[in-house]
Amino acid sequence: MADKLRAQQQLEALQARFIGVGSGDTNKHEWTSNMQRDSLSSYIGHPPLLQYMSIGLGQSREKTRVQLLERMIRPVGPPPEQQD
Amino acid sequence: MTSFSTMSLYALTVKQPSATQDAISGDFIGNGKQQILTANGSRLAILEVSRRQKGFHELYSHDVFGIVRRIAKFRIAGGTKDHIVITTDSGRLVTYEFVSDEKEKAFKTVHFETFGKSGVRRVVPGEYLAADPKGRAIMIASVEKNKLVYILTRSGQTDIAISSPLEAHKPQTLVYTLIGLDVGYDNPMFASLELDYSTSETDPTGEAFEELKKELVYYELDLGLNHIVRKWSEPVDRTANALFRVPGGPNAPSGVLCCGEDSITYRRIFNNESSVHRLAIPRREGVTEDPNRKRTIVGGTLYSLKGGDFFYLLQTEDGDVFKLTVDAPNGTVEKIKIKYFDTIPVATSICILRAGFVYAACESGDRILYELESLGDETDDPMFESDQFPVDPEASFAPPFFKPRALTNLTAVETMPSLNPIMGMEVANPTLEDAPQIYTINGTGGRSSFRTTRNALEVLDLIESPLPQNASDVWTTKLTIEDETDTLIVLCLHSRTLVLKIGDDVEEASNTGFLADTNTLGVQQFGEDCIIQIHPKGIRHIQGIQFPDDDAVATHMSLTDWQPPAHRTIVACATNNRQVAIALSSGQILYFECDSDGSLAMAEDEIALDSTISCLAMPDVPEGSVRAFFMAVGCTDQTVRIFNLSPDMEGNILRSISVQALTSPPSDLTINMMSDKSPRGHSQFLHIGLRSGVYIRSVLDEMTGDIGDTRRRFLGPEPIKFAKVTVAGEPAILAMTSRPWLGYTHPRTSVLQLTPLNYIPFKSAWNFEGSQFKGIICVSANELRIFTFNDLTDNTTYEMITLKYTPRKMVGYPDQGVFYVIQSENNTLNAYTRHTLLEEADVKKEDDDDAPMEIEVANGDMSNGHDKIDELPPTEFGYPRAAGSWASCIQVVDPVSDKAVTHTVEISANQSLVSAALVYFESRGEEAFLVVGTAKDLTFQPYKYSGASIQVYQISTDGRRISLFHETDVSDPPLALLGFKGKMVAGVGRNLCLYDCGTRSLLRKAQASNCVPTRIMDLKTQGSRLVVADAAESVTYVVHKDQVHPNRLIPFIDDTVSRHATCAEMLDYDTTVGGDKFGNIWLVRCPQKISESSDESPDGSDLLVDKGYLGGTANRLDNVANYFANDIPISIQKTVLLSGGERVIFWAGIQGTLGALIPFTSRRQHKMFQQLELQLRSDDKPMSGRDHLAFRSYFNPVKSVIDGDLIERFLVLSRDKRESIAAQLTGAEWSPGMIDEAIWNMRGLYAF
Repeated sequence: MADKLRAQQQLEALQARFIGVGSGDTNKHEWTSNMQRDSLSSYIGHPPLLQYMSIGLGQSREKTRVQLLERMIRPVGPPPEQQD
Repeated sequence: MTSFSTMSLYALTVKQPSATQDAISGDFIGNGKQQILTANGSRLAILEVSRRQKGFHELYSHDVFGIVRRIAKFRIAGGTKDHIVITTDSGRLVTYEFVSDEKEKAFKTVHFETFGKSGVRRVVPGEYLAADPKGRAIMIASVEKNKLVYILTRSGQTDIAISSPLEAHKPQTLVYTLIGLDVGYDNPMFASLELDYSTSETDPTGEAFEELKKELVYYELDLGLNHIVRKWSEPVDRTANALFRVPGGPNAPSGVLCCGEDSITYRRIFNNESSVHRLAIPRREGVTEDPNRKRTIVGGTLYSLKGGDFFYLLQTEDGDVFKLTVDAPNGTVEKIKIKYFDTIPVATSICILRAGFVYAACESGDRILYELESLGDETDDPMFESDQFPVDPEASFAPPFFKPRALTNLTAVETMPSLNPIMGMEVANPTLEDAPQIYTINGTGGRSSFRTTRNALEVLDLIESPLPQNASDVWTTKLTIEDETDTLIVLCLHSRTLVLKIGDDVEEASNTGFLADTNTLGVQQFGEDCIIQIHPKGIRHIQGIQFPDDDAVATHMSLTDWQPPAHRTIVACATNNRQVAIALSSGQILYFECDSDGSLAMAEDEIALDSTISCLAMPDVPEGSVRAFFMAVGCTDQTVRIFNLSPDMEGNILRSISVQALTSPPSDLTINMMSDKSPRGHSQFLHIGLRSGVYIRSVLDEMTGDIGDTRRRFLGPEPIKFAKVTVAGEPAILAMTSRPWLGYTHPRTSVLQLTPLNYIPFKSAWNFEGSQFKGIICVSANELRIFTFNDLTDNTTYEMITLKYTPRKMVGYPDQGVFYVIQSENNTLNAYTRHTLLEEADVKKEDDDDAPMEIEVANGDMSNGHDKIDELPPTEFGYPRAAGSWASCIQVVDPVSDKAVTHTVEISANQSLVSAALVYFESRGEEAFLVVGTAKDLTFQPYKYSGASIQVYQISTDGRRISLFHETDVSDPPLALLGFKGKMVAGVGRNLCLYDCGTRSLLRKAQASNCVPTRIMDLKTQGSRLVVADAAESVTYVVHKDQVHPNRLIPFIDDTVSRHATCAEMLDYDTTVGGDKFGNIWLVRCPQKISESSDESPDGSDLLVDKGYLGGTANRLDNVANYFANDIPISIQKTVLLSGGERVIFWAGIQGTLGALIPFTSRRQHKMFQQLELQLRSDDKPMSGRDHLAFRSYFNPVKSVIDGDLIERFLVLSRDKRESIAAQLTGAEWSPGMIDEAIWNMRGLYAF
């Protein structure tokens, strides 16, 4: 029993410390948003990738960067209604 | 049992990436001048700018083997130089000091602080970096949540201590930008733009999302409490994206400029509404401009003048630069003002240097250095003040306008050629030179270009003058040993010798004593004040030539002639200031030394050889001795022999010391001192040129005469001749074969570098040292030329042809030496609309000023009657924007004869061009067609289009004009086209289709529906096999079966790894190399059995019955190699790079990288390199703190590829380190010299 409690505590500590550590209650929206945000931040962080996209969109890198950041706010639309 | 992989590659970077991630100015040396620190790809470089040298040169560069994300500088109180801090993907904060003294230049790591996981991640800090202007703290932040602050303090005289990090995390908060505020010596403050999205996360209605506020947050680092606090925050404009620091301290306002869409706002901590000042960003005026389009600031810089004044240069996405000034009497801001400054290409970083230079690290195309002509106060552009605009960006106001104009305040001084971004590459040889050229399409928008890159040294022509007849040889000589500059030029014309005097101009010298009616073999300044002329019939010794009257009439004291024995002629000679050796036609070599009175004294000994002597060489007299010790003799029996000239133990001279056997008779020999990696810094080298065109350089030991440490390379298909020259103050060797080459010591790595000259071929050259300039003199037919070199660090030359829009693909037509380039520009008004708008405006103008027009007509000085409203030149100003609109064209480029664009076809139907191919249709005879894929109304976010088509163009017989033949609509944009078996295959979305050409449209002959999971990006073929690259799922092999009707296209094998392929190339029938969007290069191979069975049945019925496996095809490819290149490969090709070289895999990356992958041919070498790489990984750890193995395994574990860039670090390591690494290599005995040779061979024989 104590082991289970410790595992629970450890999980909670991890969830507090790292973004995106899921739990049994993680729903699809949370999971996909998290994944999308990870991807978007990777696009921003890798210079060649940001440049690749900027050239495709025909705009400066700074504009693309801000657009991607804006998309990180709500990458997959509003969360679903709570069902209680 | 050990198993070996069947293939191993050596990855070399041929051209470093030129896309700048960040650039800052600062005094990193500590000499009171400013340098520029730039981060390109994984490379940090320091550039020095000086007025004296007219422009910039690279002082030092270092590969950190990590993705450099941000760089910043800090100077601790009392420090004399700026330190560098960088964030990379290593999860560490690393700071450097740049050490530059006589001994070495290096980045010395000062701090090395681990703070998180490696990699570019959402919550690992490193995306943003800010240093306190007073150098007391550094803050780093991630895109979301995490922020860390390090405190810097001085400990002792010079050391800088760094604290453990303080955390300022805030979950569910995005950071847009981060800066260090200037607060003087108050507690350090940082400001960031943040957005907390937590409320939107739990609100299903979406209302909270609409109401999210962006905040400007101030963080204060309390140095007393060692604590960071979120001091204050205020909501700002929702579109805000950038912050700029406002100088603080006594009598300075402090605070920030917060830039967003259409607004620049001055704010400071604890401000109220009245102390906020806002400016709108001026918009361009013009008939083609949309007056409602709002601009944003994408970059800029603050510049502080002496005396506390300051201004900003801020750049919009159009490239317009504005000067922003702040009115702050007594330290309180009253208003801010903005004025148009100039228009320069959009830059990632703009650096203003105190010397009056502005460096623009352009996002696309060459980097440019400007000189500040004025500070923009005199121009009559409108000035806008913050009084004119409401503080609230939502409130209405009259938008400010300005008229863009040509550069006034800035003048471009120099450009730094850069290939960035490469949009396509092809290695080809339409000019039929020795070595192929690299053709690339580069740049974006108006700065697009088509470039030809060659491996050659750029030559600066100084003098070009005609000669009365063809000359075969040239020498220059001093008159006495004390002279510093050359006085005479001696030319050997056809059985005639011409002597010229170098004065203010070059004129023929008379009465010099030279024998005129003979061929000359050699000229040498001899002894104190004598000159000897060696000709086939003897040696003429002239003493004391002088030009007493400053004209071309000489006087000389005495003349002596020495004649060879009867019936013999002199065939070769070697001379230096005190020694002469001549070879006679009989195979004898006679040797002379300088007597005390300067005359020739023949030695009693002589050499008699059985074979004919073709060449002799003798080094210069070493300093402090009376004679050179050795002589080299080249014989037609394919040997080079070394003889001693100084008496040996028994007192004998002219004894054979060593013999070197060659593969072909030597055509020329020379011996000189060149700098190298030996402890003395230079060694004596014997250069051997062979008739077969092979060049050999060996070390000739100065004491023993032994030959060792040999480098060998084929230079060209003609016999080699040499000239000893001095280039950039260093001795070098000019090797002349089918074209001239320079052999020199690389300034940084101190290894031999061989580069051809970008110059006409010539057969004779000599060093030239005049009073005005130094260079190399050469004769080519009846022309005398003197030239010098610009720069030895760059071994490539460029030719550029301007293109119209962003190039997307290029297709070569090798028969005609032309390239077809398809170009498309997103969100841009197309040419037709631009013209209509301009014409409308013209008509309007004409109506408005009818009267003045008539006067002009009467005067007759205007053909058109009035000023036409001109389009702004797009190279500087870009194109007018229009959302959702595409401007596209196809251009025919002739880089060979015309060196220009020969034909342009504009596309007006809002179509974007996505692919192109040159196709020979069997049904249409011998004619080649240009096939182009288009997409109508294309948008990427989301991926949408209203139509797609394939256009077929007819090509004129000379290849220089094209005309539309027909257009066929297809269901999806065809992103890949390829001529295939007299027909054409097209990747139409997910489908692979086979088309034939009809008279009115393309006719579909076969289709593989849903051939790949996402979109077909690239197609390659060999035989009946097609390799299909997918946008997200690697490559699929497809086999074409033409024995059945309808034809079948059957995918039979695909990959296990999802690679977002950008390009692919078949290396052989089974192997494919490709690159992906994340910067990987990989090789996959089809197993032998599957490969064979795919071609077995004529109708493919057995393949069709194979069941698919896990949603893909029935079989899977084997992974052969993986490598992370840190640049997105755009084109990849299997090609030869050098004349006589082996084939390599050559690739081009979007950031301007050119790289080569070289297959290993020897297991012994491979084993050595493998061990060396392993050693270097641990003994020369990457400076970024990134683990090298992890870096090259960024997405996929590195496999079967050895990083040549890391290996080449071995060349610049210290002597001890080299020795210790070499000692640890097992297997065979490897000395550092042998390793150097192996490294040299990998680059020298395959790439450049």
